Amino acid sequence: MFEKIKNNNTAIMVLFSIMVLAGPLIMAPFGAGYPDLLQRFAIYGIFAVGFNLLFGLTGYLSFGHAAFLGIGSYSAVWMFKLLTMNIVPAIFLAVLLSGLAALVIGYVALRRSGIYFSILTLAFAQMAYNLAYSVLTPITNGETGLQLSLHDARILDPVNTSGSLPSTNFFGAAMNATAKTELFGMTLQFNVGFYVCALILILAFYISLRIFNSPFGLMLRAIRTNQTRLNYTGVNTKPYTLAVFVISGMYAGLAGGLLACTDPLAGAERMQWTASGEVVLMTILGGAGTLIGPVLGSGFIKYFENIFSKINDTVLDGWFSFMPDSMADFFVTIVHPFVGKGWHLTLGILFMLVVIFLPGGLVEGATRIGQWIARKTGAAPESKANSTVISTVHKD
Amino acid sequence: MSDKNIFTSDISRRDVLKTGAKAGVVGASLVSAPFIISSSANAYTNDPGDAATVKLGFNVPQSGPYADEGADELRAFKLAVQHINGTGKDNGMLPTMKPISLKGNGINGKKVEFVTGDTQTKSDAARASAKSMIEKDGVVMVSGGSSSGVAIAVQGLCQEAGVIFMAGLTHSNDTTGKDKKANGFRHFFNAYMSGAALAPVLEKNYGKERNAYHLTADYTWGYTQEASIKKFTEDLGWNTVNAVKTPLAATDFSEYIAPVLNSGADVLVLNHYGGNMINSLTNAVQFGLRDKMINGKKFEIIVPLYSRLMAQGAGANVKGIYGSTNWHWSLQDEGSKAFVKSFGQEYGFPPSQAAHTCYVQTLLYADACQRAGTFNPCGVAEALEGHKFDGMGNGPTEYRAEDHQCFKDVLVVRGKENPSSEFDLLEVVEVTPRAQVEYAVDNEFFAGGELGQCNAG
Amino acid sequence: MDAIFLQFLNGLDKGSAYALIALGLTIIFGTLGVVNFAHGALFMIGAFCAVSVQKLLSFEKITLDETKLTAWGTPTEVKVHYIEEWFGSSGAVLVDNSVFVSLAVVIPFMMIFGYVMERGLIRHFYKRTHADQILVTFGLAIVLQEIVKAFYGANPIPQPAPEAFIGSTDIGVWFGMAENLVVYPIWRLVYFFFSMAVIAGVFIFLQFTTFGMVVRAGMTDRETVGLLGIDIDKRFTFMFGLAAAVTGAAGVMYTPVLSPNYHMGMDYLVLCFVVVVVGGMGSLGGAVLAGFLLGILQSFSAMNWIKEIVPGIDQVIIYLVAVVILLIRPRGLMGRKGVMEE
Repeated sequence: MFEKIKNNNTAIMVLFSIMVLAGPLIMAPFGAGYPDLLQRFAIYGIFAVGFNLLFGLTGYLSFGHAAFLGIGSYSAVWMFKLLTMNIVPAIFLAVLLSGLAALVIGYVALRRSGIYFSILTLAFAQMAYNLAYSVLTPITNGETGLQLSLHDARILDPVNTSGSLPSTNFFGAAMNATAKTELFGMTLQFNVGFYVCALILILAFYISLRIFNSPFGLMLRAIRTNQTRLNYTGVNTKPYTLAVFVISGMYAGLAGGLLACTDPLAGAERMQWTASGEVVLMTILGGAGTLIGPVLGSGFIKYFENIFSKINDTVLDGWFSFMPDSMADFFVTIVHPFVGKGWHLTLGILFMLVVIFLPGGLVEGATRIGQWIARKTGAAPESKANSTVISTVHKD
Repeated sequence: MSDKNIFTSDISRRDVLKTGAKAGVVGASLVSAPFIISSSANAYTNDPGDAATVKLGFNVPQSGPYADEGADELRAFKLAVQHINGTGKDNGMLPTMKPISLKGNGINGKKVEFVTGDTQTKSDAARASAKSMIEKDGVVMVSGGSSSGVAIAVQGLCQEAGVIFMAGLTHSNDTTGKDKKANGFRHFFNAYMSGAALAPVLEKNYGKERNAYHLTADYTWGYTQEASIKKFTEDLGWNTVNAVKTPLAATDFSEYIAPVLNSGADVLVLNHYGGNMINSLTNAVQFGLRDKMINGKKFEIIVPLYSRLMAQGAGANVKGIYGSTNWHWSLQDEGSKAFVKSFGQEYGFPPSQAAHTCYVQTLLYADACQRAGTFNPCGVAEALEGHKFDGMGNGPTEYRAEDHQCFKDVLVVRGKENPSSEFDLLEVVEVTPRAQVEYAVDNEFFAGGELGQCNAG
Repeated sequence: MDAIFLQFLNGLDKGSAYALIALGLTIIFGTLGVVNFAHGALFMIGAFCAVSVQKLLSFEKITLDETKLTAWGTPTEVKVHYIEEWFGSSGAVLVDNSVFVSLAVVIPFMMIFGYVMERGLIRHFYKRTHADQILVTFGLAIVLQEIVKAFYGANPIPQPAPEAFIGSTDIGVWFGMAENLVVYPIWRLVYFFFSMAVIAGVFIFLQFTTFGMVVRAGMTDRETVGLLGIDIDKRFTFMFGLAAAVTGAAGVMYTPVLSPNYHMGMDYLVLCFVVVVVGGMGSLGGAVLAGFLLGILQSFSAMNWIKEIVPGIDQVIIYLVAVVILLIRPRGLMGRKGVMEE
């Protein structure tokens, strides 16, 4: 049964959609069921899925993808300032401008390969970041980040007399509207913004799945395997790599636009090299070249950033409060360096553990568990050759 | 490490926890009807209702270059919560605060709990962290922070979400100028006040005929400080030779410092903060600027915004250098003495200015809630607006209603020549009275913004 | 003219720092073919070795003075350096010159550190993808810097230069210029000559020793050297240790220039990658050349009249130069074909 699902696109899509749409329910027991983090899961999922199209298929490691995320955010906020608070034009402009930027940067950077390509993309992104933080302050509002103000034109919207900022909306449905309900003592929060992002994530995932299985995707994988041979056989690979670079850039721009839609502020830090590095780590951690891996990886990192960093000693005391005091103090002392302000440390250790023991990322971990269950239940052992879209791990 | 003892010395934490657990149950039963839109459910965002506790959010940098400053802010917050709840060893500033309506039994009869988060000194991460506090933990107030970019970003968020923002360390004019918000309040001083306070001291020590060379961090805060200092020094009669922007990411400033010596300038103004300031000052001293005579005068360096942690990082290089600061632990008024004593006994070293401002902000917020008898941000804002108080270390202070900026005395400090300990690095040379640093609401340095209306969510 | 000379000098100094950090990275690239994202962390570890040595040397005997109270009511602590108590003034000299003591400590320490890192971790990643190498070394870099942060905090820790090297000297006068035209800090000159010596030392070692010759042969064609019956792996491990030692020593000598903080490795990571790639993968000479080129151009771009013509040029110059060079020369200044191109 496991096998069948893995090879059936419809089943993958249905399963994926259910998992995403049930996000508020699934994540609530882990303390991550609040709108902001759920939105981030979905948005960074889109970002990573797009990055994986480039890196997972062609092997081109871009170290400057955050530039497109930033461009998407800035264009979206400018749309909110000038045109309307409806998110549709904002997303449209975000995707368009980031696509154009990707076309220009990709055209130049794709003239080189390997680490030379990585450094070229890094250079472009760092230039964008440095300029956005300083000289371009009139456009980007520099350090503070581009924000909405009461005096913005918003020519398509009715005149705002309320004295407070309007909220972003999808044809009238406010992105920050949340319905709450109680279930087993947990508060479930169903948020409009999350569902907008979730639907777009599902669509983005579907497009990515189609690209993986298309002749175009096959060509991209051929480029990864041996570009020189392709060139010798008379295939011009540049249009293919450029196309996928632009698509990937548009995914990043879409994610950036959505970040601005859920929270209308665009900061320059979004374009810093660490942000570019983050999406690389998300993809590798989840499993580069697999469909679901990047989504898992982005969820993993965002969970640590938002949940682990908030665990302070009061919370730890709560965890160990069932123990006698001295024992509880002991455990608090042991755990203390790894949570709260030490969340980076835990993340670093986990990066190392995952990459040492699970070369294919989290997806390989899931596959191994799946195989183990299959063996235990007596199902036919899975052969290595029978690799599929979900669990394929490229090695070179 | 040094902050481990914070946690072990907190005697009452389990008591707090127990009450917290009870509050959780009550809180859960409150949200009864399924599928209600949150904004219309309560009178205001995160109304604690009948719960026995109320939650505050302390959003400070815990990673990145300002992590130590953030850790100090967190210490102060914890202390403030103890004092408000009446569970600490002593009462710190509570007895010196005038007027006061807090009784040391929480706020409005509710015990105070807090959650913490990491701003990473990035506006994105800070907003994410603040949002999780508001959406997940249900805080009624967010405080903390160590840079103006973050303060302005989080202030904007709190305005939209309908909670109060009590700014931590933020020095840019914009926080209560161009980007002021009805739900945001700043106790810390600003760049304009730094200029106003420094100018007379500079005149007295360095005279009226000086040529200044500015190095300015190339971002919003740097711009506002450069403009402010320029205005006040030029009013004195100083000439500004040059003002050069330096990249935020720069670690080595040698290429910016090297040309200063033969530019004709005899004063170098470093509009830098944190790591930038430590490095540029270290470079400037290395290049021997302070040993030179230019135009027949001794070359001088000025660091308009000082902090003790920065002074620690720059070491001996700060000796004799003037700057301004919001507060310093060597002050001898009753409020400062009470706070230093309380903080020192708890943690074993004196508090920084960031810790002071965060502590005071928390007490002021608590007191305002008590006076208003509610946690509704609009009620609290009304109680804070125009509030006059004393005994908090800065002399008589007023939260101006029009822009939510505190007006109080400003300290001019100088790097000490013979420090007696690693904390005793600055000496207060002048307490500039409030009247001298005050400005009109429509001052051009603060123009372009609008407070808007308070938002209760 | 003197302004240009001054910036040129400063560029040389900056360049020597860049070249020295990049040298270690390019040795690792060239020999082992590993993308080492923990390289910045090695630099940081070196710097914090200096901090630790200085702390150890200035370990203080604390006595309580009951007659004086601190502001919070506890007795003040009177601190005396143990080393001064034991050795008198020669102890004080030792404390003053702790950076040289650190240098003696850090070289063997970083050799061992590099050896353990290569044998324990990096070795297992030769056959893995570059992406995996990046992930694991980046994870290691985070872990190392968080450990340092846990011990020393996030605030920079000042490390003054030895008394004899504090202050600046008027170089312009040496060349017959007027006073105060070209003034340069003494320690930065020390650092410059130190870098040049180390770079020259590494080149001489690789060019004129049999060991170096084998290593160079291995860099060009690892398999053939292996077929000749030479255990090239062992030599490459040694080169990793050497690279770590060079980088760590650079970190030690850099501490009096700028106060070290736990974050300094990450600050230099991107920069030294750019330097190495602009120089050309696998080329030691290229890395040194690129280090000087970028250092000098960065200094010039900070000049006011240039900034007036092109605002913000100093913010992007490094990356702009990288783009231009990589477009003109596909493998950087002196890169070899086929290294890190797939």
